[in-house]
Amino acid sequence: MLAHEHEAAGWFLEHAWLIPVIPAVAFAIIIGFGKKLPMKGSEVGIASMLASLVLAVGTTWQWVQRVDAVHGSEGEGALARGVFGFARGLVPRAAEGGEPYVEPVIRSWTWWQSGGIEFGLGQHIDGLAVMLLLLVTFISTLVQVFSLEYVRGDRRYTHFFASLTLFSAGMLAMVLAENTVQLILGWEIMGLCSFMLIGHWWEEQANSRAALKAFFTVRVGDMGLLVGVAILFGAFGTFSIQETSRIAMDPATSQTVLLWASVALFIACIGKSGQFPLHTWLPDAMAGPTPVSSLLHSSTMVVAGVFLVARLYPVFYNGFDIAQNGNSANLIAIIGGITIIIAAGLAFVQNDIKKVLAYSTVSQLGYMMMGLGVGAWTPAVFHIFTHAFFKCCLFLCAGSISHTASHHSFDMKKDMGGLLRRMPITAGAWMVSTLALCGVPFFSGFFSKDEIIDNADHNGYKVFFIVGLIGAFMTTAYMTRATYLTFFGTPRGAAAGEHHDEHGHADVHADAHDAHADVHADAHAGHDVHGAHDDHASHGKPAFGIAGESPILLVFPLIVLGFLAVVSGYINAAPFHIEKFLEWVEPRASEFAPKIDHAVFTWAKAAPSIILVVLGFVISLALCKAVFGEADSKLKGLTQRNRVLGAGHRFLVNKYYLDDLYEKVIVHAVAYPIAQAAYWVNQHVLDGIVNAFGKGGRRTGEWVYKYVDQGAIDGLAVNGSGKAARGTGGALRPLQSGKVNQYGALLFGAAAIGALVLVIVNI
Amino acid sequence: MLINNFLLLGAVLFCIGVYGVIARKNAVMVLMSIELILNSVNINLLAFSMLHGNVDGNTFALYIIAVAAAEVGVGLAMVLLIYRNRKSISLDELSEMKG
Repeated sequence: MLAHEHEAAGWFLEHAWLIPVIPAVAFAIIIGFGKKLPMKGSEVGIASMLASLVLAVGTTWQWVQRVDAVHGSEGEGALARGVFGFARGLVPRAAEGGEPYVEPVIRSWTWWQSGGIEFGLGQHIDGLAVMLLLLVTFISTLVQVFSLEYVRGDRRYTHFFASLTLFSAGMLAMVLAENTVQLILGWEIMGLCSFMLIGHWWEEQANSRAALKAFFTVRVGDMGLLVGVAILFGAFGTFSIQETSRIAMDPATSQTVLLWASVALFIACIGKSGQFPLHTWLPDAMAGPTPVSSLLHSSTMVVAGVFLVARLYPVFYNGFDIAQNGNSANLIAIIGGITIIIAAGLAFVQNDIKKVLAYSTVSQLGYMMMGLGVGAWTPAVFHIFTHAFFKCCLFLCAGSISHTASHHSFDMKKDMGGLLRRMPITAGAWMVSTLALCGVPFFSGFFSKDEIIDNADHNGYKVFFIVGLIGAFMTTAYMTRATYLTFFGTPRGAAAGEHHDEHGHADVHADAHDAHADVHADAHAGHDVHGAHDDHASHGKPAFGIAGESPILLVFPLIVLGFLAVVSGYINAAPFHIEKFLEWVEPRASEFAPKIDHAVFTWAKAAPSIILVVLGFVISLALCKAVFGEADSKLKGLTQRNRVLGAGHRFLVNKYYLDDLYEKVIVHAVAYPIAQAAYWVNQHVLDGIVNAFGKGGRRTGEWVYKYVDQGAIDGLAVNGSGKAARGTGGALRPLQSGKVNQYGALLFGAAAIGALVLVIVNI
Repeated sequence: MLINNFLLLGAVLFCIGVYGVIARKNAVMVLMSIELILNSVNINLLAFSMLHGNVDGNTFALYIIAVAAAEVGVGLAMVLLIYRNRKSISLDELSEMKG
């Protein structure tokens, strides 16, 4: 297809660059005038996200038409594909390699020039970009709607919406980046905004520390991005993503260059996408307001790293030699695999509901990375898509619970429990999303996660196949634990505030939680816990006549996302031979993209993961009932009694001691020797030199003092000049009047004399 | 000659400015006079820039305008502080720098 082809691409595809521009402009408006607007700037943010969403929908629509047009021109197979693609399974998959490549819509403008190098800004619209544009605008819109209620009355309400909008703009700018420089631009905008948003309540030191930690940890990885882009530019002489992909696919390109570039770029992805060993910032980022966590962890920030790998896939694909069957390990897959297991392990010991979700995100990002690492491009990208909906929903559920039920606490063990009946909509959305996350058949997560696991096996990565299965087991287990603690059992702490029949609990928590103890008191006396708390009185009202459910603005996004957590998978449901996602998003084998091999789905192959999911559920439920339930059980306090289990528990609670490793060992190991070496050099080398000079100087000085100073200088020069100076000083003293005008007159007088001299000399 | 007129204007402004700096007692007036001097220099630069037909002079003039703005800012801030401390901005009474 030729370059002029894009002229016929349609208005939305041509103008997709507007999608990030609108929120960026909105950011400026909110910052500039937000406080004067009736809704404090939030309306501008939401309006801009809606406008972007409309554009993104239009872009998607035209992209689908474009893909279909290309396929239609192919002629054969178009009929067999059918209207809804149901019949597509009849076409043998092997034929996909021969399908035509759908040309991306690329536009570029010069941003600036330096030394003959042009830096462009532009758009590179292909299936991947379109998918993420739609996803990011959609999720951002819902999150902003959710925030309307959630941060109402916050002292930095306007700034919150401004940062949120700019954050989305950064992600969108990165998603449709035409070249790697624009990619860095969007990447860094997100880095900055994540810092602002995580530290939104910076008055508490823990929050500002978390923001700094997120920023610096990601920063460590960002070095890799700069280095990787520089390597690619140095080797290929272009920033353009399409050109880079083409050269990377060229068999003549040196694999060493690709390897180093991909290692450097992958380090950036490790930082941004919270992969092991730089995942430590992500759970701490929970310090930010819940909508921020939701946005960060579903469709923006953390997906950026996965997106980078997916976007420059030819570089990684050939750099790490992913295609080679039997070459059963590479950096991406290994890091992804380790991340799945490690993060899932950590999720078991968290008491904070948001931290469970945070580690779950890390683990799911591990799946995406592993998918890319084992050559399962399409399932990995599809997992970005499905994961965004259910993870966003889970976070918003957590926000809804803490906002309405548990008085801004996120502690599952102390302040939640038994919320199922009280918040049926939130609970329903949570359950559905959890099922999707666990990969239960017929929910969206199943279709993406299972594809990744299946393809790992198919492409000869046996180890990662097993890792994926273990991950699925662990995911189900920790999510069961979180669900049990939150929605079942007896209400505890703040959540128990409304339950008048739970008398036994007041004394249990009275000592541990003074604050919550008086919640109990209020509840017993006043029969309305919300009435007792003035700050909650306004937004604690029941919605839809269901006592205790969150207000409509909080619940509406939950319903939408919960619905999508179920249905979004059906866009690419292998068991039903629906492969629309594959058709629309996957770049076909060509000079720009590697050929992606797909495993054929069979229920027999899906069986192990389903069995493990069920097993995980059953075991975890049994353990939860035993450990957290009412009945007394031998398992209670087992970690305190059994030394081995206790050690394991402690190991997990301390996050594998990774934070300690970084702060105490690495920072000390780097900083201390440097400091000590500097001190040694200071003491021995520099001081020695100084001392030697000093001694030599003293001897010289003594000699000089005796003969030169005393004799010649003192007598003549010093005393003489001193007297002269005193005389002059006395004579000139009147000049130093301290009067500014006089000084000015002197200055100009002198200048005039100088000018006269110059004139005379010149003549 | 056209250029002469410009240079004459510059010279006249400069002289007025110098007179103001020397003769005025009010600190604000002195600052204004300094502005006059700077702008007379600007006029000279522009005139010569025009004479030689290149834009270097114009560039310089722009820089001077920017620097002058900063300088007035600092100057006025100082005047304000002096006024706050002494309730007067008469330069006659200011002789702290007397040697």
